[in-house]
Amino acid sequence: MAPTTGEIFSSLADPTRRALFERLCREGEKTVAALTARAGVSQPAVSKHLAVLRQAGLVRDRREGRQTHYSAQFAALAPLVDWTSRMAGFWEGRFDRLEDLLKRMDQ
Amino acid sequence: MSDTATQTRSVIVEREIAFPPEKIWRALTRPELLEEWLMKNDFQPAMDHRFQFRGDWGAVDCKILAVEPHKLLSYSWAAYGLESVVTWTLTATAKGTKLRMEQAGFRADQQQAFQGAQGGWRKFFGQLEQLLARQP
Repeated sequence: MAPTTGEIFSSLADPTRRALFERLCREGEKTVAALTARAGVSQPAVSKHLAVLRQAGLVRDRREGRQTHYSAQFAALAPLVDWTSRMAGFWEGRFDRLEDLLKRMDQ
Repeated sequence: MSDTATQTRSVIVEREIAFPPEKIWRALTRPELLEEWLMKNDFQPAMDHRFQFRGDWGAVDCKILAVEPHKLLSYSWAAYGLESVVTWTLTATAKGTKLRMEQAGFRADQQQAFQGAQGGWRKFFGQLEQLLARQP
């Protein structure tokens, strides 16, 4: 089942998880060990955070030998980034303001 | 890459406004007027001019792509690392002007944009946190 917007929100609300996710977005695929080296928390803690992100569909894991590699899943952000509907609302409001201004402006 | 991932989407708002194109053009191109209805800015209607719209929530980086006085105005619009193009079209009508705004270029898969926008990320997540705080 697809994760809900609420699940995505709450998985990114934690600053450590958000930092892990951002790093995967910026730097591409990483192992748990590589992520732990700069996370400021223990490897089990990093693994736990990654499990939450995976649950929300934000990361994907790939096993290779004894290592697990994690990568960011941008498509999972789509429910949060519905730009078309957000921007449509924005522009409708600005059109209203533009019309108000035109009424106040001199010819 | 799948079709949905590369598909571009756009936002279109169109209205008939009871004023002539010349007057609307002024409101679209004079910084002090733009500020009144859109955002604070350092706009200039000159090709390739780079400018910003600034709101309480951050800035939008823009560059002029096309200027045809009283007819067409187009600029790039980059916010939160997401690139799009805003195009205004003015068409004179019997009652005034048909004003059309199209913002195009959102991709369902914004991977590149996200990767290239570290500053944008922070703002983006700052907003997410605020949204989260308001969730029931």
